[in-house]
Amino acid sequence: MHEMALTEGILRLLEEQATTQRFHHVRTVWLEIGELSTVDPEALRFCFEAIRSGTVAEGAALEIIRTPGQAYCMDCANAVHVGQRYDPCPDCGGDSLQVTGGDEMRVKEVEVE
Amino acid sequence: MSQARLVKIEKDILGYNDAYAAENRKLFADKGILALNLVSSPGSGKTTLLCRTVGDLKSRLAVAVIEGDQQTTFDADRIRATGVPALQVNTGKGCHLDAHMIGHAVGKLGVADDSVLFVENVGNLVCPAGFDLGEAAKVVILSVTEGEDKPLKYPDMFAAAELMILNKVDLLPHLSFDVDRCVRYARKINPAIRLIELSATTGQGLDAWYGWIDEKRQAVLSDRALALETKLAAVRRTLAEGA
Ligand SMILES: Nc1nc2c(ncn2[C@@H]2O[C@H](COP(=O)(O)OP(=O)(O)O)[C@@H](O)[C@H]2O)c(=O)[nH]1
Ligand SMILES: [Mg+2]
Ligand SMILES: [Zn+2]
Repeated sequence: MHEMALTEGILRLLEEQATTQRFHHVRTVWLEIGELSTVDPEALRFCFEAIRSGTVAEGAALEIIRTPGQAYCMDCANAVHVGQRYDPCPDCGGDSLQVTGGDEMRVKEVEVE
Repeated sequence: MSQARLVKIEKDILGYNDAYAAENRKLFADKGILALNLVSSPGSGKTTLLCRTVGDLKSRLAVAVIEGDQQTTFDADRIRATGVPALQVNTGKGCHLDAHMIGHAVGKLGVADDSVLFVENVGNLVCPAGFDLGEAAKVVILSVTEGEDKPLKYPDMFAAAELMILNKVDLLPHLSFDVDRCVRYARKINPAIRLIELSATTGQGLDAWYGWIDEKRQAVLSDRALALETKLAAVRRTLAEGA
């Protein structure tokens, strides 16, 4: 898995923001991780705790907000919720789903001092 | 003690990679380079297919290859043996190529205008899906010895790919691999995915692959022709205005 590369991405972003938004320490980080993204939240948490020391996020808490997988069904023309990419349409059972949301991996907000 | 406060960030975790990818994409467009990102699990036949492909294409178009592996320069050596420029990028512990590495490699390799650049990603059906390199398309290669359920097991990769190559079809008579089922699974993940069945060793099906490359190349070259015409028209206008 590439959770380590993602964690490095998070810390890189926080270091940048520390300069531009003028803070020196992060207490809490809120992430938005979509249900359909390629991230395993538990692995991400593990990596974060392993490499946060010595950065602006030393000792910081990680809050992960799961956003729901969303798709458009081309068979029944409904916007539906899907938990995984290969789920059939919950309304009509069809297979022709176009993912429209829920694959994001974002740093949403931080509590800083 | 300073006061705690909340700060909105709202940025993609992979935003830094996407910014490098956008730079690469612009460079490829400016130079008319068709960049293809080949992804698969280890051993599905990426290097074998590339050796054969560049050998067959090099007489009629300029080609170059970037090889990604955690260690060794074996694959780049195999490509260079065909007389085509190739550069090895070793990712060490990294499980994927990123757009920054590709930007550097393209600079070092000196990729020709209007050429085709093949990037062989690190053998891994998971991580390379999330890292845009600035390519025109991802091509996922699955060999018939891997089992037909791979599209369902690694859906992100099949969702991200525009073309799926089913390789080693010469071995089908010896296996119980169900091609139709595999294609059904892939289309379930990605209804628009194109499929080409081939054998990199016997050469069966390669014409369809070369046809697909030509089709993609046409699109890149016509965009470039349009951009050059616009530029030319602007210069002519300046000239006519009595420069
Ligand atoms: N039978 C058969 N073997 C193949 C074919 N393509 C590749 N191979 C073999 O598969 C092995 C792995 O190939 P390689 O190109 O190194 O895979 P890569 O790890 O994806 O670059 C080698 O032993 C190749 O000779 C094919 O179309 N048919
Ligand atoms: Mg290889
Ligand atoms: Zn439906």
